[in-house]
Amino acid sequence: MTTENANDWLNEHGDYLYRFALARLRDPHQAEDVVQETFFAAIKNNSFAEQSSPRTWLTGILKHKIIDVMRKKNRETPASELMHESDANMDEFFDDKGHWVDKPQTWDVPDNLLEQKQFMGVLQKCIDKVPNKLATLFMMRDVEEKDNQEICKELNITTTNAWVMLYRARMGIRKCLEINWIGH
Amino acid sequence: MLNCKQASQLISQSLDKKLSLRERFGLKMHLFICKYCKRFSQQIQKLHVTIHSISKQTEEDENIKLPEEAKKRIVKSMNENIK
Repeated sequence: MTTENANDWLNEHGDYLYRFALARLRDPHQAEDVVQETFFAAIKNNSFAEQSSPRTWLTGILKHKIIDVMRKKNRETPASELMHESDANMDEFFDDKGHWVDKPQTWDVPDNLLEQKQFMGVLQKCIDKVPNKLATLFMMRDVEEKDNQEICKELNITTTNAWVMLYRARMGIRKCLEINWIGH
Repeated sequence: MLNCKQASQLISQSLDKKLSLRERFGLKMHLFICKYCKRFSQQIQKLHVTIHSISKQTEEDENIKLPEEAKKRIVKSMNENIK
């Protein structure tokens, strides 16, 4: 790949790659960075095969860069926050008999577009409140539709760990939505 | 009989793996009698679908563009590194 090529490709696919990264990382700066790294990697190695489309090829590189960022976020979380099945502390949600502390209220994801937009805003804020590590796992699972084994391999955790973490993330996000959406 | 804590755990897990026959049966029994967990289950499933669609929307929203400064920065770094 030549620099000229790279410039054309940046103009042609830069926006798409940026949106792709933003949808997964949800952080504009990180999204810019991974796009930059993608082009950097693209000019460095010439593995582009003419039969594949540049966009597909670049997206493939980008995916790896995104996973690297997620892995790094994951490592930055102290080991003490790693959860095991036995110590997923759910006291804020359940009493010692396993009953709901706050019973789930009736609310629904809105059907009309305007309300949906507001809902997305609240949802985004709720996802941002969840600890980074949980949010990463949650987004990888719920956005990528990847299977657990694949995600666990990428993040170096056990499947049991992943179930507990996903459970906790979902509980937290649901509760936050309940508080902030019902009262909107 | 499952309690709500156990039921909610299984509901979440059912999004990530196929539950065993025993787990599915236990969960079904619990959901039959517990309207709160039933509510929880519906909300969690809908959330799962919604989050997937938000991400798709971002990906397809042509109004979202790579900022110009970022483009310039990328071009500059490529030019510096190709030499």
